[in-house]
Amino acid sequence: MVRIRNLVITVSLFFVMSIGLHAQTLDDTRANGVLKCGINTGLVGFASPDADGNWEGFDVDFCKAMAAAVLGDPDAVEYTPLTGKQRFTALGSGQVDVLSRNTTWTFSRDTDLKQTFAGINYYDGQGFMVHASSGVTSVHELDGASVCIQTGTTTELNLADFFRANDMAYEPVPIETNAEAKQQFFAEACDVYTTDQSGLAATRAAHENPDSLIVLPEIVSKEPLGPLVRHGDDQWGDIARWVLNALITAEEKGITMDNVSSMGETNDAEIRRMLGAEGELASYIGLDNDWAVKVIASVGNYGEIFERHIGKSTKIGLDRGYNALWTDGGLLYSPPFR
Amino acid sequence: MESTGFVRTTMVPAVAPPISERTVVGWLRTNLFSSRLNSALTVLFLALIAYVLWQFLPWAIRSSWTANSLDECRASIKAAYGEHASGACWAVIRERYLQLIYGFYPAEYYWRPNLTFVLMLIALAPILFPRVPRKLLIFSGIYPFLGYWLLWGGSIWGVVLVVGGLAAAYFLLTVLSERYGLLVAVTSIVVGTILWWMVAVAPLQGVLHSVIPLGLPAVASNQFGGFTLSTIIGVTGIVASLPLGIVWALGRRSDMVIVRAISVGFIEFIRGVPLITLLFVASTLLNIFLPPGTSFDIVLRVVIVVTLFSSGYVAEVIRGGLAALPAGQFEAGAALGLDYWKSMRLIILPQALKISIPGIVSSFIGLFKDTTLVSIIGLLDPLGLSNAIRADSSWNGIVWELYAFIAVLFFIFCFAMSRYSMHLEKRLETGH
Repeated sequence: MVRIRNLVITVSLFFVMSIGLHAQTLDDTRANGVLKCGINTGLVGFASPDADGNWEGFDVDFCKAMAAAVLGDPDAVEYTPLTGKQRFTALGSGQVDVLSRNTTWTFSRDTDLKQTFAGINYYDGQGFMVHASSGVTSVHELDGASVCIQTGTTTELNLADFFRANDMAYEPVPIETNAEAKQQFFAEACDVYTTDQSGLAATRAAHENPDSLIVLPEIVSKEPLGPLVRHGDDQWGDIARWVLNALITAEEKGITMDNVSSMGETNDAEIRRMLGAEGELASYIGLDNDWAVKVIASVGNYGEIFERHIGKSTKIGLDRGYNALWTDGGLLYSPPFR
Repeated sequence: MESTGFVRTTMVPAVAPPISERTVVGWLRTNLFSSRLNSALTVLFLALIAYVLWQFLPWAIRSSWTANSLDECRASIKAAYGEHASGACWAVIRERYLQLIYGFYPAEYYWRPNLTFVLMLIALAPILFPRVPRKLLIFSGIYPFLGYWLLWGGSIWGVVLVVGGLAAAYFLLTVLSERYGLLVAVTSIVVGTILWWMVAVAPLQGVLHSVIPLGLPAVASNQFGGFTLSTIIGVTGIVASLPLGIVWALGRRSDMVIVRAISVGFIEFIRGVPLITLLFVASTLLNIFLPPGTSFDIVLRVVIVVTLFSSGYVAEVIRGGLAALPAGQFEAGAALGLDYWKSMRLIILPQALKISIPGIVSSFIGLFKDTTLVSIIGLLDPLGLSNAIRADSSWNGIVWELYAFIAVLFFIFCFAMSRYSMHLEKRLETGH
């Protein structure tokens, strides 16, 4: 098995490298006129089709931002819905050019699978949800509880690690899909449901009476999610990274979808550089001078995207939490545009 | 001597059948309450059915058709039926049924899948029912290409050139096989046709299209989804796997070592590997091994894999039918001086296929339902779409309504297939 796996990896690497060597993704994308973007097949708030078949969501908006930066049109995107198993092959084989699919940045995915993460657009972490009637207020009171857990995920491993580290016992209720887990937990087939915080919030929002469920405050793992591209085309990686940074910087500087057209006249030199009113930054990554203006005009800044799809005003109602700007005590921090 | 014999001169008037045979009560007594055990079982199952309906019907009827989200559904059901009522939110079906049927196919072109479906019924009619005029078979032959063009669109010249290549190949086959023998003719024509398709079709199509632009707007494969996708994969798989299955089955019983070895190897490989594995090969591994930039249509890849998979199973079912025939039938064919193909066509296969009908149809029904597996490689068939629809925050939390709708759609198709197979068995019944 190991030998076959190595063969597959070697062959795929060969092709991945050959893509990187003789194809500039930026030029290809411009020639095609569409951005090939990989997304989730359906995740509440992050990617879902509306009744007319248009994809929308937090992750989808990053595809739109990239398309606006590269092609000037946020709708020039060819979406490929990908499952968790397919996503890395699809990116490596060139079926998609950017993957914006709630993917956790880990050592092996970055190095062994030869990918470049553009940054982190959502800091997630594994949490726990219980029924309010149980009266539990902390993870440390869960000794002996039955836990609904999706099999074959890092979540399952984290759960085992956490309970062992705290010398507690639990009874796993193994489950195949998130939808099934929801049904089991709602029917009280298990005391606790554990998955990423964003998933817990979405599950809670689906309940008839969300107040009867409580998400416990403890977070037991780091799940930094972000968009990624293939190794081998640094220019393309830079574009993805700085589109993300532009979204974050825009929020920090108060640039919004509505005021972006007039922000070029401000006195703030960094805003002027980012929006192309001053200097030649855009030429370093091969984009038009007003790329950031197009990005923000089409999807808004990071905060606007967050609020539109998963924030307090939506049904999912996630707090900004770690995903607040560094100036507000969160972790979002963009390097300067200089 | 006076005869005491009596010869009746009139018919005895007809008497009504005994009461047990004609009234409802009589029917009930013979069929449902014929003994104590049967009576008990009848009561038990009636109670069970009543209980299920008692649980299900209020849920299905106390529903909301007009809401625009799950919350609105719940609110309107509570407003109409009381604080503790819970009911189905059929509104999600009202909003999404077109998506579940057509996927992301552009709405202004819905007539194309519709027309393709109607034409499919017409093309299948002469194959399924002997009373339909035989001339329609010509249309059945053209239909696969016509259907492909209607669904995917693009220039009509590509399809015309591909079909033209096939027709030319057939014509050349008859000419060449007389002069140079079958083997040379077949080999050179197969190679020639493939070369024609790969090298000549694309540039010629461009030239012809620039002279006479005739075509439909193209629809990309990633816009296919819903029940349209299931039907495309299922029907193509079913239609193509039957002849292929017959070939594998005959190959497996062949006297020629290489043919037999290939057939056995193929069938055992297909039956030894799960369909999901093959689908993963189609969706991901092929991507790695094909040269970068080649985009080999994903729907086409899946159709090919599903067809090959199904043909392996059909082959084994047909082999069962062949094995069930007494050796005398084969010997009779040989004694009549028929060659291999004639004795197969006239004597063996008609009988073997008739025996295999129930098995073939159940493997087809299985195949049709297996098309839902494509959701695990990211194609949005009805089941994949149900997950995507649930990801819309308005409908997050909807489960049963979507599955019920999908189940009804699949039931219609599978039930029709099963009925047809019973009809076919009756029609071919010769064991009087």
